[in-house]
Amino acid sequence: MSYLVDIDHATKRFLTSAGTAHTAVQDITLQVTAGEFVAVVGPTGCGKSTTLSLVSGLEPPSEGSVSVNGQPVRGIPAGVGYMFQADAMLPWRTVLANVASGPLWQGKPKEQADALARDWVARVGLAGFEDYYMHQLSGGMRKRVALAQTLVNEPSILLMDEPFSALDVQTRALMQNELLDLWSGTSAAVIFVTHDLEEAITLADRVVVMTASPARIKDTFEVHLERPRNVEEIRMTPEFIAIYREVWSSLSDEVAIARKTGASRVA
Amino acid sequence: MLRDSRRTGRSAVAVRRRHKTLVYALRLLLLVLILGGWELSVSLWLDPFFYSKPSLIWDKLVIWFTDGTAQGSIWAQIGVTLQEAALGFILGSLVGVVLGILLGRARLLAEVVSPYIQALNAVPRIVLAALFVIWFGLGMESKIATAFVLVFFPVFFNAFQGAREVDRNLVNNARILGAGRAQVLWSIVVPSSTSWILASLHTAFGFALIGAIVGEYTGATRGLGLLISTAQGSFDAAGIYAGMLITTVLALLAEVVLGLAERRLLRWRPPAQASFVAAI
Ligand SMILES: Nc1ncnc2c1ncn2[C@@H]1O[C@H](COP(=O)(O)OP(=O)(O)OP(=O)(O)O)[C@@H](O)[C@H]1O
Ligand SMILES: [Mg+2]
Repeated sequence: MSYLVDIDHATKRFLTSAGTAHTAVQDITLQVTAGEFVAVVGPTGCGKSTTLSLVSGLEPPSEGSVSVNGQPVRGIPAGVGYMFQADAMLPWRTVLANVASGPLWQGKPKEQADALARDWVARVGLAGFEDYYMHQLSGGMRKRVALAQTLVNEPSILLMDEPFSALDVQTRALMQNELLDLWSGTSAAVIFVTHDLEEAITLADRVVVMTASPARIKDTFEVHLERPRNVEEIRMTPEFIAIYREVWSSLSDEVAIARKTGASRVA
Repeated sequence: MLRDSRRTGRSAVAVRRRHKTLVYALRLLLLVLILGGWELSVSLWLDPFFYSKPSLIWDKLVIWFTDGTAQGSIWAQIGVTLQEAALGFILGSLVGVVLGILLGRARLLAEVVSPYIQALNAVPRIVLAALFVIWFGLGMESKIATAFVLVFFPVFFNAFQGAREVDRNLVNNARILGAGRAQVLWSIVVPSSTSWILASLHTAFGFALIGAIVGEYTGATRGLGLLISTAQGSFDAAGIYAGMLITTVLALLAEVVLGLAERRLLRWRPPAQASFVAAI
């Protein structure tokens, strides 16, 4: 069996400013196949973003190995798209130019890049805003630009770091539906980080629960809800509520631990 | 209700306009007071030979612009000085921007050379003008060199700082999207540093003018600096003031041009932020 993403006993340590080592992620093993949607949940600060940065090749693991497409990750692997937790669009480029950036950097001719970008801007519902700059957009619109910018490269592995956490409830549901729509037409593997458990279950085939810092994988839950899913309706079904209860009992302990250590660190 | 608020809106505009008129009127009054006071005090008590006065300076300017100067047409002098300043400015800021950005991205190199750059920056560079006259002669080259060293450092330091403070997120995102090193440099680092660099260019053109004029003052065959130096040689205080006045006007004109270029380059910014930067 070949995995698209294969994290094998990976550990990541950071040097703190005090000069000591801080273990962000410890001994993680996680495999994702093509077309699979995996959600990662865990208390804040546990190491979710770090896990994604290992897969993206932005950070090398301190121990263990990470492979993408069967190749050990060295530098940024081909086919990876990564939607960052923070805004990362270029403020001096328009919406269209931001979305066209990826294809241009990959060597596509300008007209082709622009045509692709125009198509994706429309697909995320921003037709008519092509010539806007980032500061002229709302938070939700910026997230759409980020989504278009990532998807225009047609990644086979899509890493998403709390992409919708800053949105209001309605916009978030809208974006979730849109994401599922766009993804269902592809065979991309998605690793979706969130600390919203409801969001995780709504979207994913599999929910991975991480422990409080340092992050280890605590439990994995399969979500056998039918697709296509409507994110607003699925939340009411008894199946959903049953899974939610099960995953929450695993996650809540970690959240409590994270809260306690956080409180003691402050004290 | 609506009419009311519209009326208050209109009267607010009127108040603002009246306020502006008042400010301009007061500025004019201040100028008249200063010039008039100067004129009067020199006419009544002080020696015009040492202090000169506005009417004498005006006469001098009229003579320069109608009959020309001892060195030939005033426009030729302005042209020479401007050319020296502009060339020094362009070369200095080009080299400053390129080296600043490259060094800002090369951490090890920056660490190695930073004490030397600090030391060079501490050198009183204006003195180099004398050295450059010896090296390059009385022609334009020595003035361009002086303008260059004055322009280079502020631009270099700002470009360096700008290149260092590039948002890591932007760079990482670009790398993920497929940008190579050169593309990151050109599409992320250079534009992020632009506002830093532009801020330094404002002061840099003033420095370029100073460089050109001090260079001419030190030794030259043409230019505004020579004009000032000649005036000093013949104890012509009005000539010195007139030369200063022309230089000031040149600097202000350059400032306007740079301001326009800046507004064009930073069009993407939210307006409040842009005006804030302009205010610095
Ligand atoms: N570049 C870095 N250098 C040093 N420490 C880091 C670095 N990146 C992350 N860390 C540390 O690693 C730990 C995990 O960080 P990470 O960003 O992965 O958390 P997270 O689970 O994504 O949190 P959140 O849900 O709040 O986004 C934190 O304690 C953080 O301080
Ligand atoms: Mg995070």
